[in-house]
Amino acid sequence: MSAAHSHGPAVAEPTSFEFSAENLEHAKRIIAKYPEGRQQSAVMPLLDLAQRQCGGWLPKVAIDYVAHYLDMAPIRALEVASFYTMYNLKPVGKHFVQVCTTTPCWLRGSDDVLHACEKKLGIKAGQTTPDGQFTVIEVECLGACVNAPMMQIGDDFYEDLTAETTEKVLDALARGEKPTVGPQNGRIRACPSGGPTTLTQSALAAGVKPQN
Amino acid sequence: MLRDEDRIFTNLYGFESPFLDGAKTRGDWSGTKEILDLGRDKIIELVKESGLRGRGGAGFSTGMKWSFMPKTSNGPVYLVVNADEGEPGTCKDREIMRHDPHKLIEGCLIAGFAIGATATYIYIRGEFYYEAANVQRAIDEAYASGLIGKNACGSGYDHDVYLHLGAGAYICGEETALIESIEGKKGQPRNKPPFPAMAGLYSRPTTVNNVESIAVVPTILRRGASWFAGLGRPKNSGTKLFCISGHVNQPATVEEEMGIPLKELIEKHCGGVRGGWDNLLAIIPGGSSVPLLPKEICDTVLMDFDSLREVRSGLGTAAVIVMDKSTDIVRAIARLSKFYMHESCGQCTPCREGTGWMWRVMERLVKGNARVEEIDMLLDVTKQVEGHTICALGDAAAWPIQGLMRHFRPEVERRILEYRTHAERGVRVAAE
Repeated sequence: MSAAHSHGPAVAEPTSFEFSAENLEHAKRIIAKYPEGRQQSAVMPLLDLAQRQCGGWLPKVAIDYVAHYLDMAPIRALEVASFYTMYNLKPVGKHFVQVCTTTPCWLRGSDDVLHACEKKLGIKAGQTTPDGQFTVIEVECLGACVNAPMMQIGDDFYEDLTAETTEKVLDALARGEKPTVGPQNGRIRACPSGGPTTLTQSALAAGVKPQN
Repeated sequence: MLRDEDRIFTNLYGFESPFLDGAKTRGDWSGTKEILDLGRDKIIELVKESGLRGRGGAGFSTGMKWSFMPKTSNGPVYLVVNADEGEPGTCKDREIMRHDPHKLIEGCLIAGFAIGATATYIYIRGEFYYEAANVQRAIDEAYASGLIGKNACGSGYDHDVYLHLGAGAYICGEETALIESIEGKKGQPRNKPPFPAMAGLYSRPTTVNNVESIAVVPTILRRGASWFAGLGRPKNSGTKLFCISGHVNQPATVEEEMGIPLKELIEKHCGGVRGGWDNLLAIIPGGSSVPLLPKEICDTVLMDFDSLREVRSGLGTAAVIVMDKSTDIVRAIARLSKFYMHESCGQCTPCREGTGWMWRVMERLVKGNARVEEIDMLLDVTKQVEGHTICALGDAAAWPIQGLMRHFRPEVERRILEYRTHAERGVRVAAE
């Protein structure tokens, strides 16, 4: 197996990092949410900003930069970065595909979704495509269980998936398109697929036909 | 069935605008000042009278929890809203945040006032990026309209509301881990006492409440405590968001009356169990941590705190996970064991070591590659983890396994015998 497969795209560990002017402004607004002297509270949102600026992962220099920026010991920031699963300490592909396989999704076919991703992209869970476009991983419950099975790509939830619709979403992304987020089977959000059984008046006003 | 006029979350599916224009037509922010004018003690008394019990899982009286807060305090006091929604099966707070965020913000103001808070922090799980965006937009609208902030709603009371996003850690749904996380640390639960009401966020008095618990408060106070108390059964009152997932024809989130029969909930709103009610194997009625129930209990059980406790399970977050007869029930529970192993924060030895040990045994039980005595050994270990850790994650890891063995032990034993029979036959063949 090539290194590119098992450890993500070949991106060199950068030697320096600093927030963009825009992110510096954003960071100031975030720190202002917390009381004087409690700026450490901003470490999570600032690590998220840094990760977004770095293309989806957190190089060590960025973690150190955030620690320094908040007057924290670097180890405290690293502890946070390594504790929470949304911080990637290694590079990931442009499209970061997270397939939920916890029981509610598994009951409705998350194995099919994961296999469709692996087959379509030619990689196994935990790997990145050689062109650096896609990383696929298995994750724990993402909190969209009535729309199972689902996957998150970047910030977007794709729900009510089948193997076929999973492939369609991946194809669209590969073509540089942005697929419609949410349910992929035509249903309305967390409403029963046959139409709402409650809230009849507002459904009708919105042009949605209730059940019964 | 609950009448539409008795529903609180009237924009559950997002048929209308989630924002201030839509919220006002749904009655939000109407007479908020008059509610605050009732005073702290009266609001707490009314919430107690309504019978509201915490919607995050534990089911503790919300009004009672508020009454633990100090009556006077020099310095900041906090309301923290737990929007970390991570219990597998649970996706109800998501609907409140993306479709009815003003109910939550107005609830923060009223609850914050009732506990004497100076500010609210809403802790939303990091994956809910768009949900958080809607809540932030609602907060911005509320500030711009003078509904929160200085002299909120013209009441003379100042209250700030801030968002804080998590970054992927189930354990942060535990209230003290959540507080640690807001303080910018690893989300590891704190020893109690001191309880958050004495020393919580930044060591200041703090109340942590679930999103749904807070979002129902304005409607309860507008429509009256007796209205809410009159729905459901005594001590199990009100309406409740149920999320029904798994093997039903139409999975959905729906608001219903507390105490609705489980069977009616599934047949009325979810098009029934896949293949019909008789095709039902088992249901986890309140999120992944509560013990499962076999069909014969599901036939008659009511969906509220006390009914489900009587059958040795729980309402939890009211996340109903349905499994039909095609389900490999041992694998379904083993997958939950893997979840708890993954999410253990590693602080307490029984949980850190126990969750991994339990998962490894469960994986062998899926195949039957075990000795029958190991079932009792596994149950014994669940008892050694349960109640021996700082927080309830250890308990949550133990209960699904206990529920499985309580109701499906013969199936587990059958697999062990089958595996052994195959193995012996295999050995004989190999020897010939």
